[in-house]
Amino acid sequence: MSARRPLPPERHDVVVIGGGPAGLAAAIGARRAGASRVLVLERDRRPGGILNQCVHDGFGLFLYRETISGPEYAERLTEDADRAGVRFQTGAMVLDLAADRTLCVNSRSGYSLLRADAVILAMGCRERTREMIGIPGTRPAGVFTAGSAQNLVNLQNIRIGASAVILGSGDIGLIMARRLTFEGTRVRGVFEVLPWPSGLERNVRQCLLDFGIPLELSSTVIEVRGRDRVSSVVVAKVDASLHPIPGTEHEVPCDALLLSVGLIPENELSKRAGIELSPLTGGALVDETLMTSVPGIFSCGNVLHIHDVADWASFEGLAAGKAAAEFAAGRAPSTSGEKVRLTPGSNVHYCLPQAVRLGTSGFELSFRVTAPVRDAWVEVRGCASGKPHFRKKFPRLVPSELQKITVDPPAAEDMEVSCHD
Amino acid sequence: MDIDRKNARSGRADELYDVAVIGGGVVGCAVLRELSRYGLRLLLLERESDLAEGATKGNSGVIHAGFNVPPGTLKARANIAGLDLVYPLAHDLGVPHRKTGKLVVAFDDGERRRLEELMAQGVRNGTPDLAIIDEAEIRRLEPEARGRWALYSPHSGIISPYELTIALAECAHQNGARVVLEAGVTAVDVLPSGGFRLLTPRGAFLSRWVINSAGLFSDEVASLAGIDSYRVHPWRGEYLVTDKEAASALRTPVYPVPPRDDSFLGVHITPTLEGNILLGPSSEYVPDKRDAASTRPVMDRLKTEAFGLVPALRRFPFIHAYSGLRPKLTGPNGGPKLADFVIEESPLRPRWISLLGIESPGLTAAPAIARMVADMIGAKEDLIARPDFNPERPPVPHFAHLADAERARLAASDPHWGEMICRCEHVTRAEVLAALRNPFGARSLDAIKRRTRCGMGRCQGGFCTPRLVDLLEDEGVPVDRITKRGGASVLFQGRIKP
Repeated sequence: MSARRPLPPERHDVVVIGGGPAGLAAAIGARRAGASRVLVLERDRRPGGILNQCVHDGFGLFLYRETISGPEYAERLTEDADRAGVRFQTGAMVLDLAADRTLCVNSRSGYSLLRADAVILAMGCRERTREMIGIPGTRPAGVFTAGSAQNLVNLQNIRIGASAVILGSGDIGLIMARRLTFEGTRVRGVFEVLPWPSGLERNVRQCLLDFGIPLELSSTVIEVRGRDRVSSVVVAKVDASLHPIPGTEHEVPCDALLLSVGLIPENELSKRAGIELSPLTGGALVDETLMTSVPGIFSCGNVLHIHDVADWASFEGLAAGKAAAEFAAGRAPSTSGEKVRLTPGSNVHYCLPQAVRLGTSGFELSFRVTAPVRDAWVEVRGCASGKPHFRKKFPRLVPSELQKITVDPPAAEDMEVSCHD
Repeated sequence: MDIDRKNARSGRADELYDVAVIGGGVVGCAVLRELSRYGLRLLLLERESDLAEGATKGNSGVIHAGFNVPPGTLKARANIAGLDLVYPLAHDLGVPHRKTGKLVVAFDDGERRRLEELMAQGVRNGTPDLAIIDEAEIRRLEPEARGRWALYSPHSGIISPYELTIALAECAHQNGARVVLEAGVTAVDVLPSGGFRLLTPRGAFLSRWVINSAGLFSDEVASLAGIDSYRVHPWRGEYLVTDKEAASALRTPVYPVPPRDDSFLGVHITPTLEGNILLGPSSEYVPDKRDAASTRPVMDRLKTEAFGLVPALRRFPFIHAYSGLRPKLTGPNGGPKLADFVIEESPLRPRWISLLGIESPGLTAAPAIARMVADMIGAKEDLIARPDFNPERPPVPHFAHLADAERARLAASDPHWGEMICRCEHVTRAEVLAALRNPFGARSLDAIKRRTRCGMGRCQGGFCTPRLVDLLEDEGVPVDRITKRGGASVLFQGRIKP
């Protein structure tokens, strides 16, 4: 931020950046915990975030005890926030965030600076692109990320092609396979580089199997063809190290390629504020109150780590909101209090929080496994003592499912979370 | 532009021009802008739907100081003359640029000897202030660069090739030149009067002079006028682009020692003004002049070679891959690897000026080539300087580069400055509207991207595309006519439900 500032910053108790399932819930959580001036900044024209383009069913089972569509979930959450006295500013994009919790915001009503006693990061995520995974070939029209295609199809009523190949079996890709089929685009197949699907099993079943759409595992797109518009893609099987196997290539004619190859927590603002990030989650390192390495800045939802179900992002938002309100009111646990670290061990891709204050009365632990496993024990074990502090048996764990468990108060040593048969 | 297009279609009598430039790359646009100083009726015909769509968009954007080209050649003359012209020109046109200096790094004694040869060549050409520096000095200038010695050229720099090209055309347009897009020349009639009739999908145009600046296709355009002595070979160069996070890793372009007797400069690393870093280009003859594909082996090799020069680049994600095609007069099969620029009035066709084989250092040389063309015309007829020639183009404000106070002032004056269309590059609706309503009416996503940077960021258009669709529709482009880069690169098949 430059030294010349247009206006003295407007003050708020809690400012939430992003009005999706996590951000809206965070604002509600902050209000319920007593924060008086709670503002949600949403860059889209209406709150709801990515929920607005998720016209399919399957939201709300945990938060509202019934399954509703994404837009309905967004509407309910927005109404709840309204009733809770949350203020909204839509069409407002935060362009900068400083560690002193000053925000630069641009909107049609002007460019301004805000100051908050606590900030909640709820910016969500963006999609990995063709360029990030480096698919060779030409650069024709017709290559879309699955989420962009979902926006174009569901919100703008646009037909993106006559026949599509989907690379990656992330949930949005699976949902779009079904959606495109409904709308008359022929889906030639879903290709997944890993030996297992990246999306939820219910989506594999309901979006592919029920419609006879082939899912090819251990396969990837190795070339895009077509000068002006996609004319085909070349797919190949991959070996155990995910390299294409020569001789297995075949060309699949199509005029659109959709990519559902991963989501990246959108932490550009967090970096601006100097927040420490985890290379494993792509999100902030947080403690059990979801506070980041910068005091008074909290993180929740997909900007913290990628969720499989929107409801979990909302629950995380409620928790972050409560903690932020307490911090804003000066009731936060001392930030100088001693913390122990939590690190992922065998077959655990990541675990969260990464640090826990001693003396907390139990906390929620989120984790994902690296590879699918059956009849497995998840253990939280002391790094120094080797002593198991917590243990839970799971009939089945898959990387596509985020797990949340409540863990007993921490012992006074760093701990490792691992998963064994 | 739309008015121009309408006139061209209306079937009225062919319009008469003094000079027609064929090709809207950096060279053609520089010629157009240089000639717009004079009382000439000027026309530029571009085959694609936007300027800078050919070799120019594959240029790495380095301003060369003239030590890579053999002494006594037109390349050397135009490079050295262009170096003096290009910085003030960029300034006048409000095109962002920076004199960064440039390093050519050597790792062993053999390479060190090549540095000395390059330096001697540069001195003969007239490159100013070259020096051979040691490892400590390399590290002082560029802590992340490797190499035992380097040739340091302090007057080299960086500029955006397409921003320069567009600015040149806009400046010429402002001075009365006409630019017609989607107007590839399909036939040339040589008139008894000695003039030329150029046939295009946008109508026929008569001109007394023709400047063939058609880049990769300049041999084909020459043939249309009965000049069959040239062949242009497409020479592909692939690039990778890092995330802007890499901005802190490098400020100076870093080159390896180039091969002898070859115009290939080696896979180099070029910082851009926006903070992304380019790796490349590679070099490979391809049969097809429009085969701008990226290939797995080259993508891998670019990284390997670039990481050898600047190992810190390993830390950063890549957000884009692309390739460009250079127009080369030497072919793949034997023979000399070096050919000079062709800048000549055809002996066969008076008043037909050929600009062929303008590969590196064509961008730096462009203003000098433009001056040479003006002199060639001026040698045959009096050129009358226009008293009202305006050498400047009003700068295009970019929200992302403005200070808080200026942002606040703009957003208060017009709410379009408050609406963000591109999240990665912080582009506002006001900037997109300015691009859509500019004299050449950007209509494709790539044309908007080159003017605003929408879609150039790390999400590669995921966020802005739906917003740009809305904006284009508001400007009267039906959804099934929205293209990536004009022509048949149609993005959508229309509405799902009416």
